[in-house]
Amino acid sequence: MTARRVRGGVFQAALLLSLAVGFVTLAALLVDVLGDGIGYVDRTLFTQAPSIDPSQAGARPAILATIYLGGLLLLFAVPIGLGTAIYLEEYANRERWYNRLLELNIQNLAAVPSIIWGILGLAFLVRGLGLGRVLLAGALILTLLVLPTVIIAAREAIRAVPDSIRQGAYALGATKWQVVSRQVLPAAIPGIATGSILALSRALGETAPLIMIGAVTYIAFDPTILGPFTALPIQIYQWVRLPQAEFKLLAAAAIIVLLAILLTMNAFAIWLRNRYRRTW
Amino acid sequence: MLHMTTIEGPRLVDVGRTAPEEALVGGEPVFRVRDLAVAYSGALALRDVELDIHPNSVTAFIGPSGCGKSTFIRCFNRMNDLIPNATVRGDVLYHGQDLYGSDVDPVEVRRRIGMVFQKPNPFPKSIFDNVAFGPRVLGTTDGLAERVQKALEDAALWDEVKDRLKESALGLSGGQQQRLCIARALAVEPDVILMDEPASALDPISTTRIEDLMHELKREYTIVIVTHNMQQAARVADMTAFFSVDVGEDGRRTGILVEYDRTSKIFTTPGDQRTEDYVTGRFG
Repeated sequence: MTARRVRGGVFQAALLLSLAVGFVTLAALLVDVLGDGIGYVDRTLFTQAPSIDPSQAGARPAILATIYLGGLLLLFAVPIGLGTAIYLEEYANRERWYNRLLELNIQNLAAVPSIIWGILGLAFLVRGLGLGRVLLAGALILTLLVLPTVIIAAREAIRAVPDSIRQGAYALGATKWQVVSRQVLPAAIPGIATGSILALSRALGETAPLIMIGAVTYIAFDPTILGPFTALPIQIYQWVRLPQAEFKLLAAAAIIVLLAILLTMNAFAIWLRNRYRRTW
Repeated sequence: MLHMTTIEGPRLVDVGRTAPEEALVGGEPVFRVRDLAVAYSGALALRDVELDIHPNSVTAFIGPSGCGKSTFIRCFNRMNDLIPNATVRGDVLYHGQDLYGSDVDPVEVRRRIGMVFQKPNPFPKSIFDNVAFGPRVLGTTDGLAERVQKALEDAALWDEVKDRLKESALGLSGGQQQRLCIARALAVEPDVILMDEPASALDPISTTRIEDLMHELKREYTIVIVTHNMQQAARVADMTAFFSVDVGEDGRRTGILVEYDRTSKIFTTPGDQRTEDYVTGRFG
């Protein structure tokens, strides 16, 4: 009897330990970063461009560029991802080989490493299309990067709408488009929004593909969509590499800003999910 | 007319012999079904069905599980179209017009022939928006508030919900949700209402209310109901069709129509031994 109880206790302890690994690491990271960087999260950080003088250096171009990237990502990735998800869930006939191939490809695309997307962006967008090393190219490559995730999240949300809702709408003489636009999508939107935000926040932390397509590390002016750009993760990377100790603290401050943006987005996604949670 | 060439052997039902007595037939039938067969991915689910549905009456389809009665009722509003690989062969004539004709739009069919499902399926919207959905998609929104009120009154739900039309329909009880689904179907002013086991998920009191409602509604509508509750068929239906499962030599199970007649006859002096076995509880 006690042996069984011990085994249960051991198992529970093991589970707690696995939880602790993730949680303690994150907490340690936060405490460390906050301790280093909080003093540098000030007006200068948000209003000034990078400088060789740490006391005057800020991350304004990088913060702005990250916000621009996020906005463009939303603009590109959500409509395309949603359209693909609607097609696959509501219109595609799964008996057809090309639809099955599409599905398989999307699953695989989600597993492609971000550096590969960067290479594609460099070859196809920056050079092939002659877009140049501009913010728009960065936004487009991040769009491709998150599309599979957005599609998969949107499909899950659409699939969670019970078929009885579609049948009920059809039985009232609704057309396919009316069923999709007036019943399925409104019911799926909270799930779609949650998934999209989580994918977006993942993309904003990406560094590799942006470096690959040539985001520059030193920008002294506000970014434009068709101009050269940097982003917060790249700015952090650049500061960390500099020899002066003050830049390491500045990097910590930039990490705090980036984390604050991402955690806010994630919190909003969680709030959305809870707010519209529905039991059928 | 398309004939099922794959079916062999003698017809199991002599429709002529069991046709309803003329006294009950109030004018032209709403539906005439001839030589109907439904297959899913090539496997026959139902075959050789022939019957007429009469206006302003309640027609019940009874029979054991797997006899194809739910498959059959979905032929009347072309809901089987939504199932990939479902094929319907034969004729379903609605006021003389073939519902499966190449020029017939299934969306148009469903505007005329409403449906209530086994499990209440209110939309995740307000009570008002549920009932208003049909008129809105059809673009008939003149006097929408009055339409919604009338539909809710006709479904015997108005008094219970008139003060909370803006609240979510998901907050209603199961019985109320099902009456809401009936109101939703009525709001598009259909000609026929199909009900696929509408009370099977409800408590006895809610069931009684739905049955009472059917008696009221048949004055204005033609009602077709699938039920596996024989007492319910006996209480509400004017005509009853008994379906059964035919197991072929190769083990394939296909639904067939065994007998179709006035309800009183089906339950007291059925013409077929299989019907008698079923209604007396010796089978199924």
